[in-house]
Amino acid sequence: MRVLAAMSGGVDSAVAAARAVDAGHDVVGVHMALSRTPAQERTGSRGCCSIEDASDARRAADVLGIPYYVWDMSERFEATVVADFLSEYAAGRTPNPCVRCNEHVKFAALLDKAVALGFDAVCTGHYARVVEGVDGARELHRAADAAKDQSYVLAVMGPERLARALFPLGDVASKAEVRAEAVARGLSVAAKPDSYDICFVADGDTQGFLRRALGEQPGDIVDEDGAVVGTHDGAYAYTVGQRRGLSLGRPAPDGRPRYVLAVEPVRRRVVVGPAEHLDVAHVRGDAAVWFGTVPPAGASCTVQVRAHGADVPARVLAADAGSVTVDVADGGVRGVAPGQSLVLYDGTRVLGQATVAATRTAADLAGAASDGPA
Amino acid sequence: MSAPRTRAVYLDHAATTSMRPAALAALTAGLARTGNPSSLHTAGRAARRTVEEAREQIAAALGARPSEVVWTAGGTEADNLAVKGLFWARRTQDPSRRRVVVSAVEHHAVLDPAFWLAEHAGAELALLPVDGEGRVELDALRAELEEHGDAVALVSVMWANNEVGTLQPLEEVVGLAHRYGVPVHADAVQAVGQVPVDLRASGVDALTVSGHKVGGPGATGALLARRGLDLTPVLHGGGQERGVRSGTLDPALLAAFAAAVDEAVVTREEHAARVGTLRDDLVRRVLQAVPGATLRGPADATHRLPGNAHLTFAGCEGDSLLYLLDAAGVEASTGSACQAGVPRPSHVLLAMGVGEDDARGALRFSFGATSTADDVDAVVDVLPGAVERARAAGLSMAVGA
Repeated sequence: MRVLAAMSGGVDSAVAAARAVDAGHDVVGVHMALSRTPAQERTGSRGCCSIEDASDARRAADVLGIPYYVWDMSERFEATVVADFLSEYAAGRTPNPCVRCNEHVKFAALLDKAVALGFDAVCTGHYARVVEGVDGARELHRAADAAKDQSYVLAVMGPERLARALFPLGDVASKAEVRAEAVARGLSVAAKPDSYDICFVADGDTQGFLRRALGEQPGDIVDEDGAVVGTHDGAYAYTVGQRRGLSLGRPAPDGRPRYVLAVEPVRRRVVVGPAEHLDVAHVRGDAAVWFGTVPPAGASCTVQVRAHGADVPARVLAADAGSVTVDVADGGVRGVAPGQSLVLYDGTRVLGQATVAATRTAADLAGAASDGPA
Repeated sequence: MSAPRTRAVYLDHAATTSMRPAALAALTAGLARTGNPSSLHTAGRAARRTVEEAREQIAAALGARPSEVVWTAGGTEADNLAVKGLFWARRTQDPSRRRVVVSAVEHHAVLDPAFWLAEHAGAELALLPVDGEGRVELDALRAELEEHGDAVALVSVMWANNEVGTLQPLEEVVGLAHRYGVPVHADAVQAVGQVPVDLRASGVDALTVSGHKVGGPGATGALLARRGLDLTPVLHGGGQERGVRSGTLDPALLAAFAAAVDEAVVTREEHAARVGTLRDDLVRRVLQAVPGATLRGPADATHRLPGNAHLTFAGCEGDSLLYLLDAAGVEASTGSACQAGVPRPSHVLLAMGVGEDDARGALRFSFGATSTADDVDAVVDVLPGAVERARAAGLSMAVGA
């Protein structure tokens, strides 16, 4: 196959490209330039986007003996991932930019361009497995190394695009194995630190990034009865489930810690309350993507509702091509933020994913006062 | 897509070209010798002799006196020395001379020093516009000099453009500038060996040449600076090159550089006719075979470098074309340098009035000593399919659903 290896400059994508070469594919390395004004050197734990990262990717391609190109995806990235990030926060939701990048850039713009130029597949350093199912359809599964699994951020690509994806690291036992392999292959990125931060937030200061982009929008922090218990500079800075950084002047009457229960940007309100009011019973997701058939109501599965979150037992309440509602009452799920991805699994296999639109808490179901959605 | 060829078709001679056997012989012969040309002992004197013979050879080839040759480590350094050195020297003589006048289509080695001077050294920058073929607007230069003649430190207009191959009207530029006592620098990096280049005959005050563009070694270059021209040094140190450019000289490199320039100039006429025929053939056949192909630069071939063909392909991304051609064994260029690793539309094409989308689909084919008619056949063979593919891949600008 003609394979385009997306090379960020990190160790994972370099080893993934190497494995694609070993598998006998005709591999070309491509580094996506995602910023018009890249920094010279990488800072903190950002994983890409600096000129140093582009140079690291180029060196890795040299070592592998494959052609290497830089493709400018900066406008696409800005218009989809960064713009979505800001508008979602502005709307009181909590976006996952890696999901949006996979949806709009890596497995969309990049993949489309690759296919148009004659490539058969795009290879990345993601930790996930692609398995051929009994009917020949390709299935997306969790990685062998559960700690590194990235199926959660990949599920958005759906089955058609999965057919053109190659994840050579899906079977590795651990990141240490990847690093050891990089050393053995003479790849200079072997010891490069892992990336955690959002790549386009220069200093890792997401709050500062949002404040600069969205401006100050001061408002009140209120309890569930609407009583003002504090103030804030912008509701967008808060995420459902958050406890730290509320700096509430008045303690709760019962003295127990309070958490963000809801973010209401239009009213410039942040609603806080006790932890148990974050206990989520139902989660509804929109913009659903299914691998295979839509699961029937009543089906048992597990769900993950945030990156690096736990796999919790769930039951499908309703599902159609475009949306899904699951019951997670037994999962001990707390504080699901709208905007995050809801990914449904059957064992290790991804059934589908949706973007969290609304939740109902146990308290909502019990008829407690709340304008509960779902 | 065609299978990769056994021999790559190299049509990027404007980027760099293969070393001439005469240069290779001079280089390898010199590499084993020891001796610093600044040393006074026997070994030093032998090295000095090689350097001076190279100086005489290059001066003779380009219409300069030996004392007018300032060795540098390449074209970029020579351009920096010309722009900064002239600006500083002129401003020191007359503080009111702060204007730096350069054409909008200069190589970055001229443009960026000019921008840097404006940003950091109090210069005022005047960019000369060009016409649709990339030729400097002489009326704009005339107007600039009429208005600011007493305040202009230097004019820099390249001999021939590196992207679209346009030959600049240097005779007129020199005539106008000298009327106001303003020195003219010309970057002749692409011109040497393709068109006649002669410092004295041109009237130009300073002229940049590069080694690797004419079949010499990399990291060699020279600024030919007219006798009496005051240049403030950019590199300070041991005082080599009469204090204008410090740094130990390498006899082997310079001998090879001079040998390459000499041969390029001696064989110029025959070479230009040969590559000009290949180029004309390529342009004619590509325009016929590829819908949406547009020739950029002068329509009249006598106004452009004989080895240069520059085309844009509507709806294509230049780097898609580059990849597809490379995969098919054809090595060409988009013509413009990457900025910060990200390909940008060429400032040359934009200055010529080409729209940003059209400018993205640019390809430069540049011919050299090793080019053959087979190379042209290969391009005509693979280019139509590559353009079709690249067009399907579209412009990465486009943000659709």
